[in-house]
Amino acid sequence: MTESENKALQAKGKSEVVSNAEETKPGPIFTPAVDIFETDKELILLADMPGVKAKDLTIDLREGVLAISTKVDPPEAPGEVGILREYQEGNYYRKFNLSDVIDQSKIEADLKDGVLRLTLPKAESVAPRKIEVKAA
Amino acid sequence: MIFRRVNTWPTWHWRDQWGEMDRLRRELNALIDGSYSQNATDPSAGVFPLMNVTEDNNNFYIRAELPGIKAGELNISVTGDSFSISGERKIPEEQSNSKYHRRERESGSFSRILNLPSQIDTGKVEASTSDGILKVTLPKSETTKPKQITVSGA
Repeated sequence: MTESENKALQAKGKSEVVSNAEETKPGPIFTPAVDIFETDKELILLADMPGVKAKDLTIDLREGVLAISTKVDPPEAPGEVGILREYQEGNYYRKFNLSDVIDQSKIEADLKDGVLRLTLPKAESVAPRKIEVKAA
Repeated sequence: MIFRRVNTWPTWHWRDQWGEMDRLRRELNALIDGSYSQNATDPSAGVFPLMNVTEDNNNFYIRAELPGIKAGELNISVTGDSFSISGERKIPEEQSNSKYHRRERESGSFSRILNLPSQIDTGKVEASTSDGILKVTLPKSETTKPKQITVSGA
């Protein structure tokens, strides 16, 4: 998107997950912003999750539902007094329905600088194949 | 309507009653303000990056969420009592034959100056990024730290 090259970045508040199920521990749970795009061979999901370390991230896949959830440690030492708080810290959670197109045994996940990159390869049978037409 | 009879007499000890009220209060705030209450009430709403500032006796701490930005891409400078940060978030282009299903992350440039409540010692400021969170430690200058004064008396 070339028009966004020089545009100033807008701040967005985090959006909370609204659901009927409750968590066992109190505290807000946020929906991370994701980009999802598809190439011929795979589906790629990129999620912004600042403050999350790889050990706190759980990616769960069952029955065609991919669930991403994290636990974020509170980053502040107990002796600190808040002066300005513009964003909240909390856990992240988001889930997606995956169709059978994905080969679920080959999913890869990579977390760097607070950005999660999930590579979901498409199952072999679904990759576009050229079909040769033999001339009679 | 079916009324569910729940044995909760007395109710005070039945689970965490404030947890539910807290969630209700947040949701009502969001409804009333028209946006999430945090953005509507804080003084610099809508300027990226959002920061949390805390202090203890010796330092100020500023934290900002900057996912996908490496330490070398940030410009940070401090003066006697203000902190300024600028940079650009780039989202790397993917292969040319990719089709987007969702695009929620944004890219762009940002620049922000924050005034601190008291003077800081600019020579000893430290900043580091880890997992997409920038943490800046700004030591308070000696003249602004409270000093105990002993009272001499007869």
